[in-house]
Amino acid sequence: MNWLIKTLNSSIGQKVIMSLTGLFLCSFLIIHMIGNLQLFHDDYGLAFNKYAAFMTTNPLIKVVSYLLYASILFHAIKGLHLVYKNNQARPVKYAVNNGKANSHWSSRNMGILGTMLLVFIAVHMSDFWYEYKFGDVPHTQYAVSLETGEIMTDTIPAGMKLHNKIEDVIANGKHIYVVKDLYKEVSVGFKEWPLVLLYVLSMFALSFHLYHGFSSAFQSLGINHSKYSGLIRFIGLWFFSIIIPLAFAAMPVYFFIS
Amino acid sequence: MSGNMNITLKVWRQKNTSDKGRFETYQVPGVSPDMSFLEMFDVLNERLVAEGKEVPIAFDHDCREGICGMCSLFINGRPHGPNDGVTTCQLHMRSFKDGDVIVVEPWRAAAFPVIKDLAVDRSSFDRIMSAGGFISVNTGNAQDANNLPIGKEIADEAFEAATCIGCGACVAACKNSSAMLFVGAKVSQFALLPQGQPERKQRALAMVNQMDAEGFGACTNTGACSAECPKEIPLTVIARLNREYLGAEFCGK
Repeated sequence: MNWLIKTLNSSIGQKVIMSLTGLFLCSFLIIHMIGNLQLFHDDYGLAFNKYAAFMTTNPLIKVVSYLLYASILFHAIKGLHLVYKNNQARPVKYAVNNGKANSHWSSRNMGILGTMLLVFIAVHMSDFWYEYKFGDVPHTQYAVSLETGEIMTDTIPAGMKLHNKIEDVIANGKHIYVVKDLYKEVSVGFKEWPLVLLYVLSMFALSFHLYHGFSSAFQSLGINHSKYSGLIRFIGLWFFSIIIPLAFAAMPVYFFIS
Repeated sequence: MSGNMNITLKVWRQKNTSDKGRFETYQVPGVSPDMSFLEMFDVLNERLVAEGKEVPIAFDHDCREGICGMCSLFINGRPHGPNDGVTTCQLHMRSFKDGDVIVVEPWRAAAFPVIKDLAVDRSSFDRIMSAGGFISVNTGNAQDANNLPIGKEIADEAFEAATCIGCGACVAACKNSSAMLFVGAKVSQFALLPQGQPERKQRALAMVNQMDAEGFGACTNTGACSAECPKEIPLTVIARLNREYLGAEFCGK
């Protein structure tokens, strides 16, 4: 195993770690975005709450989620460590350095952009993830009429002990669900403009971080060829640095103005 | 002569490696637009010698035709100055305007310590080459060249990498002072050709290990190295270096 540790500690090995954890986080963003698009359903949050309950109870997703937390921490710690080490490779700085003549701003500021995202992830997870798992999120009962599809909601009083899963029964011609109401937390939380502003700014940081990060991850793995590098850059620009941050930024803005 | 320019130079002066160093300002009147950047320094140095007040400015140079890799200089925030694809000796004063203030600094990297003024010690590159940037050839008669057929495209790609003159502009431009474009070019030129195959895996490992030991930073794919390279070596050589190194570590002995 010595050779593996040595490899991963080399300058190239460390980039591979950044690349693989980064690409894993990119794949998570796709799932997270698709799931969160349920917020735009006009159903008092039923689809979103069902999705949230599924994501926190499915055993396979639980395993992947621990891998995800580890990746976030590893990517952040290794990234900051690399910024520090790379900084040491130039102890005396240039008095005049025209970086914009040879490289994109985002590529030179991945450490700052990443730190902004780390702060955002901490705020985001304490607001919703921690609240949902350990906080006192009330349950809501949804009754969907099997005939008309009409949805009636009922808040279950706080303090009532319920399992942290979907209660799902069919009775009296109605499909009844009882789920933790994360939708309400989201819709109330995003009425606060400082939080909305933080989210929108963080999505700018995400956009610039991924504009460089996505295609850079492939280069670190040695994947750079005229046949497909154009496609990698295209996906990095349009999907990861425009569509994904736009979709995420639209969510707080939607709740703020609705 | 008409068309001559008055230039203000802010030059980094440093007595030796341990000196802290500082900028000095020099007025250089009557600079011909047809002079190279280094010739302007020659004119200034001749004046400094004649005046006898200051020692002349030390800077590296040799062939002055853009092929030896000896000249350096970080000019107005860019290695080898404002033009793409040329070394400082091939940079002419017509690229500047009358009255310009030009800031000239040495390459800055922990692995390139300043020897004096604008001259830096690039022997870290030599040690990387000693570690693996060679092929072993048995003595005796050279074999017939046609015994080793090499496709035109491969030959061109290897040649493109082999145009690296080892000037260090890649390290100077990189925000991490990374030497990956240099090492990538050297590893590529051998990895692509049949003569480089026997030591291929060992070479990638040894050169990367030496690169890390010299204190160069890690690559973050900004692309600044390739953009500033006087020989315009592409970033694909770094991708190949990554493949060669990882392949050697995971599949080699």
